[in-house]
Amino acid sequence: MQLRPILSSLTRHKLTAFLLILQVTFTCAIVCNVMFMIATRTSQMRLPSGIAENELAMIDSVDIDATENPLVRHEQDLVALRGIAGVKSAVVVDALPLNRDNWTNGITTVPDADTHVGASAYNGTPGELQTLGLHLIEGRDFQADEYIAEDVPHGYKGIDTVPVTIVTRALAEQLFPGQSALGKDIYASGTHPTRVVGVVDHMLRPALRDPATNEYAMLFPMKPDDSEVTYVMRTAPHDRERVLKEASAVLVRLNGNRILKSPQTFTQVRDSYFHRDQTMVGLLLVAGLGLLFVTALGIAGLANFWVQQRRRQIGVRRALGATRSDILRYFQTENFLIVSGGIVLGMALAFALNLTLMKFYELPRLPLYYLPIGALALWLLGQLAVLGPALRAAAVPPVVATRSV
Amino acid sequence: MFGYYFDLARRSLIRSPILTAMMVLAIGLGIGASMTMLTVLHVMSGDPIPEHSGQLYYPHLDARPLSSKDDKNAPDPSANLSWIDASNLLRAHQGDRQAAMAGGSVLVRPAQTSLRPFFETGHYITADFFPMFDVPFRTGGGWTQVQDEQHERVVVLNGDLARKLFGDTSATGKIVRLQDTDFRVIGVLNDWYPQPAFYGDTSGHAFGKTDEFFLPLTTAMDLKFDSNGNMSCWGSGGDQRTSGECTWLQFWVSLDGPTKVHAYQQFLEDYWRQQQAHGRFARPVDAKLYGLLAWLDHMQLVPGDVRLQLWLALGFLAVCMVNIVGLLLAKFLRRSGEVSVRRALGARRRDIFLQFGVESAVIGVAGGLLGLGIAQLGLWSVRHRPDDYAHLAQMDVSMLLGTLVLAIVASVLAGLLPAWRACRITPALQLKTQ
Repeated sequence: MQLRPILSSLTRHKLTAFLLILQVTFTCAIVCNVMFMIATRTSQMRLPSGIAENELAMIDSVDIDATENPLVRHEQDLVALRGIAGVKSAVVVDALPLNRDNWTNGITTVPDADTHVGASAYNGTPGELQTLGLHLIEGRDFQADEYIAEDVPHGYKGIDTVPVTIVTRALAEQLFPGQSALGKDIYASGTHPTRVVGVVDHMLRPALRDPATNEYAMLFPMKPDDSEVTYVMRTAPHDRERVLKEASAVLVRLNGNRILKSPQTFTQVRDSYFHRDQTMVGLLLVAGLGLLFVTALGIAGLANFWVQQRRRQIGVRRALGATRSDILRYFQTENFLIVSGGIVLGMALAFALNLTLMKFYELPRLPLYYLPIGALALWLLGQLAVLGPALRAAAVPPVVATRSV
Repeated sequence: MFGYYFDLARRSLIRSPILTAMMVLAIGLGIGASMTMLTVLHVMSGDPIPEHSGQLYYPHLDARPLSSKDDKNAPDPSANLSWIDASNLLRAHQGDRQAAMAGGSVLVRPAQTSLRPFFETGHYITADFFPMFDVPFRTGGGWTQVQDEQHERVVVLNGDLARKLFGDTSATGKIVRLQDTDFRVIGVLNDWYPQPAFYGDTSGHAFGKTDEFFLPLTTAMDLKFDSNGNMSCWGSGGDQRTSGECTWLQFWVSLDGPTKVHAYQQFLEDYWRQQQAHGRFARPVDAKLYGLLAWLDHMQLVPGDVRLQLWLALGFLAVCMVNIVGLLLAKFLRRSGEVSVRRALGARRRDIFLQFGVESAVIGVAGGLLGLGIAQLGLWSVRHRPDDYAHLAQMDVSMLLGTLVLAIVASVLAGLLPAWRACRITPALQLKTQ
């Protein structure tokens, strides 16, 4: 295939060729970034929470009478909840991964230090580890005599007296890099040491911010006694809906003086946490496909026009011995050249766009491998779009050359 | 002449229906996407209180120590005031009117047994709030500064809560139990839900029906009612509510005319220096006085995702425009023969230009109508998002007209270059090659 005649023909349509290149440039730049944003969001939506997601059902309960001892009532409630058919275990907790109820503590490895690592605290009644399905990779679970009350009415007194903690691997590695965290002391407040007795492999925080700190979490043997707590039940996946209904009835029957909020499965918690990202991914997908579609329309439209314009010329070439596939390849090569020009410019623009997005929307840097993917997609798109007009061109009979217009 | 050009355009467009459909579709998609997001942005950044926004100002003080660092993931602590500073500004009484406030959630215990107790959100405010924002009352009214000072148990209900508790009977004068205290209803609002709820802590929920009751801030402090906005502390110890090291209150002042605004700015700077003399306000004097719209702009009520969606839509429109320029160019140049005949018969360049301009505009109108439909579809989908601003996503007349204008402007702009190229076709040459 000779490029010379194609290039010289393109220079006679400078403006049109330029417009096509411009369109491919924009599309390439936007589509590369859109793909990247889709990938970033989906990977965040798929982060493992570290808990037995499809076996958990939970209900929030708000006390409206401050007179009762909440710890005693929680015990009674749990006994009743464990009695529901299908409930394997049940605990009271103050927060769960992705439920947005975040209580961050500044953690240090020496008392009264200046720099802190922010880690989310999870408090719960005995059996939390096993009910949530957390995976202990080092150390042990809490012992019964280690549990104390949160003492929320007096401003979380528990944090000054809690003897032990279980931390996530991510937090352990951040606090004690290169060594085992077991048996070490951490300080959550003032000079009171809290000993690390266990490490779990994964547990997301209630609210995600920075990917590097998403798993900075720790469990305390503190029984929640705030007016609002969450009852978590572990059950077989297909039992969750039924268990939730029965649990609501059981809780109201035991004590009507409370407001039950949002009975839901953990699957629903995750869905609602990522709902906006889900919407955004959908929109990005539609926008990306829409752009490719419009660009394909443009390429096909212009190719069609060029074929009609050059009917006579094609006829002459055919009459002089060019085969159908020569004509076909001519238009395909022409399209390849134009799209390639657009891709080269588009890659540069993709990076510029990514830099702007990094500045305003805290997006990470665009990985290089998105560029060949984007290029491949546009080349394919261009070839598909031009195929119809090119085939029509190849079908022009040589006799056209002899006819006058 | 226009009629003739219009007829020419119609014939030309019908002659190549696929190409025409492509162009209309491209501009319709671009316009539809852009107008959806522009409408969302438009309704989210509207003026919530047009008659008074010119006189309302938000003082911005920063009492934080130098060591307190900005956290881009958390709301700005200096956006709110501490109890000490809010009380000082209230007492100084340097504006025409001023009010301090905080949002809160309380347990409402209905007297009738048919309703279970429920939580409701509202605002704890000071007396000037109602006259300053010109809040419309259906019955009754607000309270006075004296009642503020006496921590009276009075409450003003918004329309929905009054109806929920008391039905169609007048709520004014009735008793409503909030948490564990009885409050006397002294006024009912005429469904006052400004969008956004500009006066409160807009870092949380700013849109939707945020406030169903208003009661004196002093009373709420007395009864230790929970506040639900952002509470940021940098010191430790003591009651956070009355501390000078915890910010959680919003403060508004109404100032009539630039002289008073200037004087208040001066007052804030003096206040900052005076506090420095008392060992507070470690940072260099940087008192700001934001106008209402400037404040809302500063608080960035439009989420990053929405802005990103707008840019995406505009990028999409740009690609559609380039697409249409290319297609129009091809279309117009294909009619070189027709142009040269017309030119040879005496048509001026201007006539050719106009003829193709009209053709572009016709495509624009068709594309605009399609875009309008697509935008309605887009807004419908936005309304089904679980976000607090979702219900606002409606087009008003100005946005409707704006859509058509944008579509026509876009298509005429897209037609400029091709029309210019077409009108430069020389008559003789084209005739010769035929």
